[in-house]
Amino acid sequence: MDDALLLHRLHFAFTITYHYLFPQLTMGLAPLIVFFKTLFIWKGEERYNRAAFFLGKIFAIAFIFGVVTGIPMEFQFGTNWARFSRAVGGVIGQTLAMEGVFAFFLESAVLGVFLFGERKVGQRLHWLSSVLLFLGTWLSGYFIVATNAWMQHPVGYEQVGDGKFQLTSFWSLIFNPWAIYQYMHNMGGAFVTGSFAVAALGAFFLLSKKNVDFGKLFLRTGVVAALLGSVWMLFPSGDFQAKMVAKHQPITLAAMEGVFKTENGVGIVLVGQPNVHEQRIDNPIIVPNALSFMTYQRWDAELKGLDAYPKEDHPDNIALLYYAYHIMVGLGTIFIAIMIVAALQLWRGKLFGSNLLLWVLMLAFPLPFIANTAGWMTSELGRQPWLVYGLVRTTGGFSSTVSAGNALFTLLGFMGIYTLLSILYLFLMYRVIDNAGKYLAEEGE
Amino acid sequence: METIWFAIVALMITAYVVLDGFDLGAGAIHFFVGKNSKERAGVLQAIGPVWDGNEVWLLAAGGTLYFAFPVLYSSAFSGFYLPLMIVLWLLIFRGIGIELRHQMDHPMWHSFWDFAFSVSSILLTIFFGAALGNVIRGVPLNADGYFFEPLWTDWRVGTQNGILDWYTVLTGVVSLTALSLHGASYLAVKTEDGMNERARKCVGISWYFLVAFTALSLIATVYARPQVLNNYRDYPIGWLVPAVVVGALAAIKYFHSKKSDKPMFISSAAYLVGMLVGAVFAVYPNVLPASTGDEYSLTIHNAAAGSYGLGVGLVWWIIGITIAVTYFVLLYRAFGGKIDLGSEH
Ligand code: HDD
Ligand code: HEM
Ligand code: HEM
Repeated sequence: MDDALLLHRLHFAFTITYHYLFPQLTMGLAPLIVFFKTLFIWKGEERYNRAAFFLGKIFAIAFIFGVVTGIPMEFQFGTNWARFSRAVGGVIGQTLAMEGVFAFFLESAVLGVFLFGERKVGQRLHWLSSVLLFLGTWLSGYFIVATNAWMQHPVGYEQVGDGKFQLTSFWSLIFNPWAIYQYMHNMGGAFVTGSFAVAALGAFFLLSKKNVDFGKLFLRTGVVAALLGSVWMLFPSGDFQAKMVAKHQPITLAAMEGVFKTENGVGIVLVGQPNVHEQRIDNPIIVPNALSFMTYQRWDAELKGLDAYPKEDHPDNIALLYYAYHIMVGLGTIFIAIMIVAALQLWRGKLFGSNLLLWVLMLAFPLPFIANTAGWMTSELGRQPWLVYGLVRTTGGFSSTVSAGNALFTLLGFMGIYTLLSILYLFLMYRVIDNAGKYLAEEGE
Repeated sequence: METIWFAIVALMITAYVVLDGFDLGAGAIHFFVGKNSKERAGVLQAIGPVWDGNEVWLLAAGGTLYFAFPVLYSSAFSGFYLPLMIVLWLLIFRGIGIELRHQMDHPMWHSFWDFAFSVSSILLTIFFGAALGNVIRGVPLNADGYFFEPLWTDWRVGTQNGILDWYTVLTGVVSLTALSLHGASYLAVKTEDGMNERARKCVGISWYFLVAFTALSLIATVYARPQVLNNYRDYPIGWLVPAVVVGALAAIKYFHSKKSDKPMFISSAAYLVGMLVGAVFAVYPNVLPASTGDEYSLTIHNAAAGSYGLGVGLVWWIIGITIAVTYFVLLYRAFGGKIDLGSEH
């Protein structure tokens, strides 16, 4: 592979993966903050307000890091993917510009009011600011997902010579069916991240015997939310996603599932290592006929394997794609299992006394970050070798005037800066959680 | 239609410069106005609730540029690769600096972020000025409409341009001076007593530099790219723009001596608007002039997106920007008035 191409891909992959660690938490926490704030307005109990305030502190830190790592993303379409931008900017520029105009302005204006304005604006407006913040982050998510969805499944465009594309239907871009399903699943993923984090905080409070009342509140809310979220990830949203991929990107599906050969009644691989060289799965554990059934609702339906498609259209990293997908689904299954047990114990009134379960809940909080990252790797690697599926190849999209040396220089620069940011982020999070008692007890602002 | 979008993008960039300009400028003179840690916290307090919103104008302008002029976006962003990446890094440090300083109460923590905030603000104002200089001077576009500029070559204005040459360094310095003055007059509006006096003094000093550099840069521009005068020759109404610049400079001085800070701030905003409009007027209908020959220049016609997209864009843009401006008015109202030193935001 071309050196420059590889570096531009790594550059984008690294910076976007890092950026997305923060928005998934803010988008996941936002609805829970609204939930606590609403409870407070409704029941008038100060402790709900305190809970919202404390989660707001966590939100604010993640938000800052989301903003500063998001700005480079917006630029990289031009800096690293110039030929791609020139070809399709007239189409996906729409959604990106709308994100700026509709979502970012809203978020930035409302955040200040939410964080510093409680005294100034009064409780009702403060509640409104939390709702608007939630709306802003989720709107932001929609526009960016719609952008990506167009790359996965282009609609509403026409080709106009010298490789350029033009928009022909605004509404098909905005209501791209791929965008709607992808959004449902992606936002579910963010919600899982947020609710696991709240449950983990609760478990930490109980285990460390600090802020025990809030620990219980967070656990109750977090576990119920996480259970709903986790189930949603599998059904209906994960199922929709898989069907959509099967319909529009059958090659991707074959690679994700590790189906090398076209057969009737294909089984689903639970575990196993793809051996791309010999076109088979090593050490497989397979549920027979399951994949055929899940895709076509018939146990013996024929499913096309990779061998049915020309080699140059295969995703270029089948093994990683396969692992990414299996990690996501595997973790998703584990999430459901953990949360069913936790919810059952909660219902029986035994959760708060069960140290083992509390430890599990506390230590599980990084897992949704991994699942979300793996999910995006599935989408993005599965899209290969296309940048815009079926239209623009990845090899034709990067900035050919930016040499490999320059791309490496800035990639290393970002790695250095992001290392520093990670340290700061963890340090600040540690401090907020360490001072939880203070934030939870304080009156007013 | 292309001309409308050209005006819209120019408008958004101008909004960015006028708004984020004052918090960048405040950063540039951070140590001059804030003599101790508490006062420096005051500087941040003055811009704290608004800087992020101001910066969104950059993102929104970038996004709008992407969708209205994809050809320009792709060639400018890849051509200015290195300086843009450096700008991104500076923006990261600056944003983090502003937001993290008050997270912890430790003198070293404060010193570190004060320093990061100030240095990144200064460098950013220079880079932005140099960027504008590059656009006016022209870049070495090739027949495919791409170019790549190293950071510097031989510092001369020619066809082997680097991002920095004597001309763009000069525009960078003009930008630093203008934004320092702008930031100082904003701080004068927002503060009292000692800080207010120092901010005003800063306006006073930078005013002389600004007058000198502005005059110098105008002469230099005509030398570096004589074509800038074409539009002024064809449409003499354009001369109103330099008149506004001169008027604004005089007004700054006048209100400075009168000690009326708000009109002074508004005059400095008018100066910035005048300078930008003047540049935009001189460049039009080019969006990125080529130093390699006029036939390679990117213009509003060969750089724009399809007309259907631009048409629907106009509808949502008007709706969206009306809402956005409403937030800004409300936000500046809510956080208006002088800051109260020592209170947390
Ligand atoms: C907490 C995170 C999480 C969890 C538990 C799951 N997913 Fe997921 N998945 C994502 C987070 C995610 C994601 C990161 O949000 C993706 C990437 C793009 C998108 O819209 O969602 C995604 C994409 C994605 C795709 C699209 C791949 C492509 O576009 O090529 C499919 C088919 C699935 N998922 C299927 C599932 C199934 C069957 C799950 C069963 C439990 C599942 N996901 C759990
Ligand atoms: C937030 C979660 C996301 C993650 C974790 C992610 C991950 C990745 C990865 C791993 C690659 C490299 C694939 C390769 O090796 O070729 C990539 C490439 C890319 N992604 Fe994403 N992506 C995300 C979201 C998006 C979104 C929302 C967009 C569009 C708006 C996008 C646009 C791109 C582009 C333009 C490339 C480079 C071209 C390519 O190599 O295919 N990504 N991303
Ligand atoms: C799945 C993919 C993505 C999602 C869901 C997402 C979502 C968000 C959200 C919710 C924010 C608000 C800040 C925060 O909450 O941390 C944000 C910030 C930002 N994102 Fe992303 N993002 C994604 C990928 C991207 C990509 C590909 C770009 C580049 C075009 C991008 C550009 C930005 C920018 C510029 C900001 C800062 C906005 C500000 O100043 O308020 N994001 N993102």
